[in-house]
Amino acid sequence: MTQPPTQVDGKTSLRAENLGRSVAGKVLLADATFSVGASETLAIVGPSGSGKSTLLRLLNRLDEPTRGTVFLDSTDYKQIAPRELRRRVAMVTQHPFLFPGTVESNLQFGPCQRDETLSRERIDELLAAVGLAGYASRDVANLSGGEAQRVSFARTLANSPEILLLDEPTSALDEDSKRGIETLILEIMRRSPVAASTADIASTNRQLTCVLVTHDLAQAARLAQHALVLKSGHIVKNGPIEEVLRAEDSVS
Amino acid sequence: MLKILFHDPLRLGLAQAAAAALAALIVVVLARKRGIHLEKELAVALVRGLVQIIAVGSILLVLLRAPDWTSVFLLTAMIVAAGATSARRAKGMPGAFPVSTWAIACGAGSVIALMTWLGVIDTPITTLVPVGSMLIANAMNTNGLAMNRFRTDVLAHVGEIETALALGADGRSSVASYVQGSFEASLIPAIDSLRSLGIVWIPGLMAGMLLSGSRPLYAAIYQFVVLAMIFAASGLTSLVSTLLIRNRVFSPAEQLLLRPGNGA
Repeated sequence: MTQPPTQVDGKTSLRAENLGRSVAGKVLLADATFSVGASETLAIVGPSGSGKSTLLRLLNRLDEPTRGTVFLDSTDYKQIAPRELRRRVAMVTQHPFLFPGTVESNLQFGPCQRDETLSRERIDELLAAVGLAGYASRDVANLSGGEAQRVSFARTLANSPEILLLDEPTSALDEDSKRGIETLILEIMRRSPVAASTADIASTNRQLTCVLVTHDLAQAARLAQHALVLKSGHIVKNGPIEEVLRAEDSVS
Repeated sequence: MLKILFHDPLRLGLAQAAAAALAALIVVVLARKRGIHLEKELAVALVRGLVQIIAVGSILLVLLRAPDWTSVFLLTAMIVAAGATSARRAKGMPGAFPVSTWAIACGAGSVIALMTWLGVIDTPITTLVPVGSMLIANAMNTNGLAMNRFRTDVLAHVGEIETALALGADGRSSVASYVQGSFEASLIPAIDSLRSLGIVWIPGLMAGMLLSGSRPLYAAIYQFVVLAMIFAASGLTSLVSTLLIRNRVFSPAEQLLLRPGNGA
């Protein structure tokens, strides 16, 4: 049984302790130990099949770790109800998977799960923040790939998360849309978060922490302060982004 | 033509079975030409079906003399066998066998019990077992359709389901539309049978009753009774199986277990 850290730094929003997952004897991720400070962005890089997405899915417990655990501040995430955990540790995936209906109905999805409803002002704020002002009544079937990904961001932010997990959020987009989404991510992190003007988030005075999975080292350099390199399910490097990328460059 | 060639009833029966199997084989050949390979599955099903029905025919000879209460054991055994057969249509689905067996027991079993108590189905073993088996067989088919459709839908929408989970939805609501879709799809054959009764087809039971000298009107009404019972048993089975299976595809921590690569 993994022991919780004896002392958790007050600024540490997320800390993985010996986190691992094996399926049918195959190790997908082995003993990952790392932390991400509050309001920091950590990039997880590595080749295909190295365990990046596996690690991300363990962080919001979409998959169950077979070893270790994750601490949010100083709380073992297994002590948090999964639905509440996923609201707090939100995820944006490579494909937006919007639900049929309007943009507004997609934004309302998360709050509806808690019997809450977003106000008109809140919807307008979220859409303005992702550059889609006036899109509330649009049918999602008519959106471009970049617009759909922006709606996906707004839908995730509508849940007022504390930590944002981004799983290759631009890999399915063209170059223009990719740059737009990168700018959006930087905006979200800078404003930390979009919902800062609303009472529910302002009261907690939290800043968004971000974990970004990407295969694009240049993107990692543009968006993150820290990086972690995975190879065959093992962390082979972890540190400040410049240091990690320099080491990666010298290897390649 | 076969009746001219074969006079012994057993040989005639086998020749008729061979002729019917030949028709099925023609379909296999046609399917093969379109790149669809049914050979192995159909060959096993045909041989197995023939052996089973001959075995059942032989057992029925013995059963005609058995006490009526033995029907309960026979029908129970049929339900378990139906559960096992049905579960094979849901490869990779966690708990497919117990879910199928419970669903068929609840659906077909309760309708058989209620209708027997009401006197709609006669209690002699020679009536209860054949009519009961019809309900169980149809419930099995419906259950197989429901499970198969649910499995296919979930596997085709893993991204949508996990997106809903990631947004804080519970497992039940994230697959609600697939539960409803599989329930509706599984009942299409039963509804179509009722709808086309007497117009498109005259079922075997009614034909048999007419041949054995029953009054046509009573034979027709009883056939409707049987089809209505089949619909009730199938509908209840599908309802129970889709409700049970929806809980089985998630872990206690609301993680989707039925995913490509998880044996599905």
